[in-house]
Amino acid sequence: MSLAARIANIFRARRIEAEVDEELAFHIAERVDQLTAQGMSRPRARREARRRFGSYIRQREETRDMDIVRILEAFLGDLRFGARQLRLNPGFAAVAVLSLALGIGANSAIFQLINALRLRSLPVPSAEELVSIENQGRFMRSGWSSGRHDIYTYAQFELMAEHQEAFQSLLAFGTDRFNLSRGGEARYAQGLYVTPNFFQVAGVSPMLGSWISPDTDPHDCAGAGVMLDYAFWQRNYGGDPAVIGKEISLNGRSFPVLGVTPPAFAGLEPARRYDLAVPLCADRLLDEDGQGRLVNKTAWWLSPIGRLKPGWDVERASAHITNLSELIFRESVPESYQPDAARRYRENKLQAASAHAGVSEVRREMEAPLWILLASTALVLLIACANLANLLLARASVRVREVALRQAVGASRRRLIGQMLSESLLLAGCGAALGALLAYGLSRALLVFIGNNGYPVEMGLGLDWRVVGFTAALALSTCLLFGLVPAMRATRGAPADAMRGGRGSGGGGERHGLRRTLVVSQIALSFVLLVGALLFGQSLRNLLGSDTGIRSEGVLVAAIDTRTASLAPERRLEVYGRLQDGFNTLPEVASAAAVLMTPFSGSGWNESCHADDDPAHTDGDNVWFNRIGPGYFETMETPLFAGRDLGEQDVAGGPQVAVVNQELVRRFFGDQDPIGRSFRTEPRRGEEPDVYQIVGLVKDTKYNGLREPQRPIAFLPIAQDGLSPIDMEYVLRARGSFASTMAGVKRQIAEVDPGLQVEFRVLEREVAESVLLERLMANLSGGFGVLAALLAALGLYGVMSYMVARKRSEIGVRMALGAQAGDVLRLVLSEAGRLLALGLAAGVAGAFALSRYAASLLYGLEANDATTLAIGVVLLSGVGLVAVLAPVRRASRLDPAVVLRDE
Amino acid sequence: MGRTKNDILQGTLTLLVLQTLAARGPAHGYALCERIQSASDELLRVEEGSLYPALHRMQQDGWLKADWRLSEKGRRAKFYAVTAKGRRQLKKEAESWDRLIRGVALVMQPLADGADA
Repeated sequence: MSLAARIANIFRARRIEAEVDEELAFHIAERVDQLTAQGMSRPRARREARRRFGSYIRQREETRDMDIVRILEAFLGDLRFGARQLRLNPGFAAVAVLSLALGIGANSAIFQLINALRLRSLPVPSAEELVSIENQGRFMRSGWSSGRHDIYTYAQFELMAEHQEAFQSLLAFGTDRFNLSRGGEARYAQGLYVTPNFFQVAGVSPMLGSWISPDTDPHDCAGAGVMLDYAFWQRNYGGDPAVIGKEISLNGRSFPVLGVTPPAFAGLEPARRYDLAVPLCADRLLDEDGQGRLVNKTAWWLSPIGRLKPGWDVERASAHITNLSELIFRESVPESYQPDAARRYRENKLQAASAHAGVSEVRREMEAPLWILLASTALVLLIACANLANLLLARASVRVREVALRQAVGASRRRLIGQMLSESLLLAGCGAALGALLAYGLSRALLVFIGNNGYPVEMGLGLDWRVVGFTAALALSTCLLFGLVPAMRATRGAPADAMRGGRGSGGGGERHGLRRTLVVSQIALSFVLLVGALLFGQSLRNLLGSDTGIRSEGVLVAAIDTRTASLAPERRLEVYGRLQDGFNTLPEVASAAAVLMTPFSGSGWNESCHADDDPAHTDGDNVWFNRIGPGYFETMETPLFAGRDLGEQDVAGGPQVAVVNQELVRRFFGDQDPIGRSFRTEPRRGEEPDVYQIVGLVKDTKYNGLREPQRPIAFLPIAQDGLSPIDMEYVLRARGSFASTMAGVKRQIAEVDPGLQVEFRVLEREVAESVLLERLMANLSGGFGVLAALLAALGLYGVMSYMVARKRSEIGVRMALGAQAGDVLRLVLSEAGRLLALGLAAGVAGAFALSRYAASLLYGLEANDATTLAIGVVLLSGVGLVAVLAPVRRASRLDPAVVLRDE
Repeated sequence: MGRTKNDILQGTLTLLVLQTLAARGPAHGYALCERIQSASDELLRVEEGSLYPALHRMQQDGWLKADWRLSEKGRRAKFYAVTAKGRRQLKKEAESWDRLIRGVALVMQPLADGADA
């Protein structure tokens, strides 16, 4: 039976079983008839008939098993034969398995991330009912934002929850980190602010302890407490059940532990972990002014998720929420917005999207790059398959006689193809198994790569049916891809022709044609990948080469938190000043300066501003602000171009001054001298504008990322900050090692106030992390590009060697007739050149068509950058020439006498 | 190995089935049992437990073909018939059986003549 029929038989097993049952039932009925005719009672006859059959059940199963066992036996036989074939050819087997393992492993690793981020449902009951509310189109959000996904104010959430009809109920959560330590070095936990119904809507009940009633008024803080994540509970409390009721300190304030969630639940964000959750109202308890964000209409911090009512689907819910947008934004306009801002605010639109896989800002950032990477790895795998097909074709031409012999003695073509496919399947299976191992390590390495210190990226990358299915499907389809055509080719020829033998010019030409097509497509595909790698590589180089305006190497950031120190707000500025002076006396510190928000930290503050001669009828320019202490520019090594630095003379109550960057001057004053001029903020409704006098001009610096277009920035003195911020950062240019600097800083802090807390960061790393995605793309696509070029070179080498071997006699004859080595060289090189040129032409077309998908990820160059294409052509031609060097040499060194003697 | 009467020698079941079907036309499994038993003068009894696996194996090897028809009593039954390939196989097996019988007979000769009683 052919392999196909046998596989079909497995699927027919059920029918076979039924047939066997019926056949045996017939037999027993006949026997019973016979025995009763002889005078036996019917029940006895039935027993006797069954007895003669031995055990009826066992019989039945043996009979059915016969079919399946034979199927499997034949299949195993084919596999054994395949294994033997491969053992005879260990070099081929190793190359095949390894290249497949690389291809399948890379695909599977990327797929695991996509699966975890996008495809896999949250481990909560009926996850498909979960729907998130998100922004639609241009969205006006002005105020104080903190949170990861699409975020809303509490006023908006309240209106959503009140007016919506699509959901059984609507939860909301905000993200934050909480300092667990009561002094000394800060220790942070990833926290969630949640509505009281959070766990109920999510469908999670505490494994230990309890949670406040889902109907609690969100403003009511009487029963506020903490829900712990299972892993956090294990880590920090060793899984002690007595933790319930114990106090835990969050940002210096104590809360009782209420419960622990079961191990499967890890929050509603697939790429993030949560350590603990507190009710929304805890935000008020932790807020220094005792108000909190529940009552602040310009505090954006909550992500809503609802559970659909029966009969509702995502589209219907989305239409419903979009309809509610007008009402929600009309009713929640912040009083402080100017008319223009309020108008834009009221035009905001909402929509709903399925949240079965949770909500994730990592997904928004990573999804497009991951699909691009998956496409790249798929191309690599295709190239590897083309290589294997080529190798198998070459082997098939060697095995022509063996195959012909077997056909001549009666082996069916299907049987032979089945056998060859078993060999391919064995290769693909081994490749997939090895690839799965590779993917295990690779996907975890990728996770580490895309995470950063403050917010670790965590995903459960366990094997599920999708990953296993994906890998198995890859193995099967690659097996068919590289195995089927060679097998069909090998068994197509008439046995008699092949047996007659010689060099057989019959089907050879065409077979060679197929191999050339394969090589051309390999070259084209690898060119596309190479161009991708070059584009991403150059983007990263452009980014890293871009001028940040600061020198980040050797700068340590110390973030000071005063929450745990019993410190009156009006004393804070004084403490910050003493810290700055203290740090500057440290021998390990070259210079130190306070700064409200260290560049590249992700925090920001911006306001719409006008120049002093602007009548303010136009829309203002968005200016980004920061507050700094004396010595900041010196520490960051940002050159001062004009005017003076901020200093001790800029005190509270004095004229408000600012140092600005070149971009701000370009926008507001053109080429006029900015020193002495001023600019003002667009005031909130009912307030006076802030007016800042420019005292100095510094070089352009980046604010939060290497990628950002140059922003207008104004630096204000900390001393003039009326708000006396609850935390402060210091940039310290270290003289010695970071370790000794940190020790010195901690000593100084303890001297000023032992209740202060500090967290250290390395500025250079923060800068590097702002181009994490670009680095990932450059590194991975670079790796894939090199791999693809190597595989294509291997393919070209194989085909050219084959061609030289085939044309051996032709070359011999030509040389005997007086052709020079140069002529032979031209013969071989022109063939190689034709293949390369065809491949490159197709590759350039492909790169043109595909590179626009990468456009949004590029920096400082166009997707169809001509230079990049040219570099790609040169690189791949070079690689191709190296690949054909050996065959060319072999051809030019042929000795005509030897060749002709062999014929 | 206490059983004396009618164990069919390993490998001869195929031969018997092919021969019976070839000589007396298509039949279902039950009829085959009966025919072999009666044709052998009740000397041989086909064990039902091994008959059906053998039938299925032979069908897969292409020696038998089968179809569902109504039996004499109007029950649905699976009827087996010998294929051309099966006839060739029968010829081969019959020849080797013949050789085996002759060979065994020759070997057994002196014993039968002499000693044992």
